[in-house]
Amino acid sequence: MLQQNIDNLKKEIINYSFLVDRMIEKAIKGLVESDKELLLQVINEDEKQANRLEIEIEDMSIVMIAKYSPKGKDLRTILMMLKMNNDLERIGDHAVDISESAMYLIERPKLKSYIDIPRMAALTRQMLSDAIDSFIEEDNIKANEVCKKDDIIDDFRDQILRELITYMSTDFNSIERALRILNIARHLERIADLSTNICEDVIYMVEGKNIKHHSMLEQKGE
Amino acid sequence: MEDQILSIKNLNAYFKDFNAVKNVSMKVYKNSITAIMGPSGCGKTTLIRCINRLHELTEGAYSTGEIYLRNQDILKLNPIVIRRQIGMVFQKPNPFPTMSIYDNVIAGYRINGIKLPKSEMDSIVELSLKRAALWEEVKDKLRQKGVFLSGGQQQRLCIARAIAMNPEIILMDEPTSALDPKSTLKIEELLYELKKEITIIIVTHNIAQAARISDYTAFMYLGELIEYDRSDKMFTNPSDPKTNEYLRGTFG
Amino acid sequence: MSGDRMEYKGYRRRRLIDKIFKATIYGLSFLLFLPLFLIFGLIIKNGISHISLEFLINNPKPVGEAGGGILNAMIGTLILMITSTIIALPFGVLVGIFLSENSKRKYALVISTIVDVFQGIPSIVIGIVAYIWIVLPLKKFSALSGALALSFIMLPTIIKSTEETLKMIPYSLKEAAYSVGANYHRTILKVILPASLSGILSGILVSIARISGETAPLLFTAFGSDILEYNILKPMGSLPLLIFNYAKSPYPEWHEIAWSASLVLITIVFIFNLIATIGENRWKIKF
Repeated sequence: MLQQNIDNLKKEIINYSFLVDRMIEKAIKGLVESDKELLLQVINEDEKQANRLEIEIEDMSIVMIAKYSPKGKDLRTILMMLKMNNDLERIGDHAVDISESAMYLIERPKLKSYIDIPRMAALTRQMLSDAIDSFIEEDNIKANEVCKKDDIIDDFRDQILRELITYMSTDFNSIERALRILNIARHLERIADLSTNICEDVIYMVEGKNIKHHSMLEQKGE
Repeated sequence: MEDQILSIKNLNAYFKDFNAVKNVSMKVYKNSITAIMGPSGCGKTTLIRCINRLHELTEGAYSTGEIYLRNQDILKLNPIVIRRQIGMVFQKPNPFPTMSIYDNVIAGYRINGIKLPKSEMDSIVELSLKRAALWEEVKDKLRQKGVFLSGGQQQRLCIARAIAMNPEIILMDEPTSALDPKSTLKIEELLYELKKEITIIIVTHNIAQAARISDYTAFMYLGELIEYDRSDKMFTNPSDPKTNEYLRGTFG
Repeated sequence: MSGDRMEYKGYRRRRLIDKIFKATIYGLSFLLFLPLFLIFGLIIKNGISHISLEFLINNPKPVGEAGGGILNAMIGTLILMITSTIIALPFGVLVGIFLSENSKRKYALVISTIVDVFQGIPSIVIGIVAYIWIVLPLKKFSALSGALALSFIMLPTIIKSTEETLKMIPYSLKEAAYSVGANYHRTILKVILPASLSGILSGILVSIARISGETAPLLFTAFGSDILEYNILKPMGSLPLLIFNYAKSPYPEWHEIAWSASLVLITIVFIFNLIATIGENRWKIKF
């Protein structure tokens, strides 16, 4: 009975991750293709659904703990799913913020064509997807790999910042738009960060039984 | 909203002057598992013994109030008839020692002189033992005496005996408290399936068990019904502070 | 001896007292068995001479004639046993059920006391009562009156053993029957009584063994007879009566027959008691 419930909860988390991933996709696509409809979807409909799911998953988890008093791995699993739930909700919030910044940008002439932003977004989404995969497969090695990619994201953000500084220092009027673009980059960076959070949760969830405990400790100390 | 099968209204149960169950009112819903929990002496066993009219068999014991099974007050009906519609399983397994496993299951009919063709009896026995999760273990030794089974098996035999009467409700008085954890788990699992066809009311002093298996839970203390709610709510957010205390394990 | 054991004061003395105590118990018990074995030995020694197949399947012959046996006495004892059991059993079991079911009520205590008093009535007095009730109205001696007297003697034992056995049955068994919707009489008849069968049966067997040796009440009820009789309305012989009559006769031959008949009687009593004890343990339902 408990196992069934845990599996159901896992499914819900996975569905939630698909939802927020689509939200990021739509937000970036809406920016690049200047699609107002898409952005409004994210801001109005998708956000509501994301919030609903978060509450649902939280309630399910609490009831499960009260009902089954889980111990050991089951307890870690349920607690980690609660944390992931939280992280996913924040990722969703970031996707909404990206959409709001995008709404501002598409009403105005493009500063430049968006190349880095989509690439950064693609990598971020890949990290999120890998994080969720490592959760499904309970693969803490994979989780660890994702954590390493965080540096690449940071590099992206720095690069975008440098580029935008050039624009801002030459053209006064571009400052607001540049800042908005920078905002989007920062939200993406936060999303990547939250994805590594999820990976850390997965490592803890699995760690209890894993004989590779040592190597994990070393790598975490990086 | 679920179907209501039992409605208890202002039930008071007495042992001579002692008021063991004080003004209890609650509704039990069809095809659910309703747990009644509380510390020793809170009246939970007395409550269910009122439902199948066993309470009044004790010297000086009586009850007032109403208990409606669908729309008939069972306190005013013939107790024998009631007990065939509302079965009971006791804390210590009590199979009939002189009867075989087969006869034990069909005992409700045999003892009451209800004659059935053999084929029908065979199918009742098989079906009841299957629903009690005992068929596989005893199907080759139905003619053996029931007392040669282990404690957990004996209890499942008693459950099969109750099921055989095709009751609407089965009352259970701490059915697993005398059993080992493995047998307890087996019985909890079968209850989960059984509730799809029979409504179950289970008295337990084991909070974890009540949390695991019940859909609704009633909490009693010193004869009073303190709280009655869906189990999901009761165990995550009880309304009454006494319930919270009890769940903590502070008393009982 | 282990020197590291706690040699507290008086340890050795206590061991000695233990040994003396055990020896006393065993010794006294053995002493008790001694007369029993002596009596058995005496009966076997004196009675074995006449035991043969003819002895058991022939009727007594008049004095002086060779041969003869104790068939009519054995048949008579058997018929008396059966008849008195038929009379005593239903009453005994029913009263036993009544007493165990109502054990807390006052009137049950009264009846229980009466039963105990009953047990103390001398068997000859019971014989006289049976004489007044049946022999006088029928104007003749009969096995029936003898059986009646014997049944009175059996009653207290059957009542007590039924009551005790039923009291040992846990209440949970009754509840189990009630919980499937059984009413009172079906619960008693189909659940409680079958579970108590071993105890009740052994009570019956013990009381039969008891009455098989009763002589006094039969003196003026069944009276005794030399011929083989099956009619319970006629006087009938029985083993104890035969022993009584032959033992006080002047014929040494009859004395010998009396010894042999005694041997047969104690063998019967022994077998009944044996079956009762083994049977009760074997068929007993343990809770």
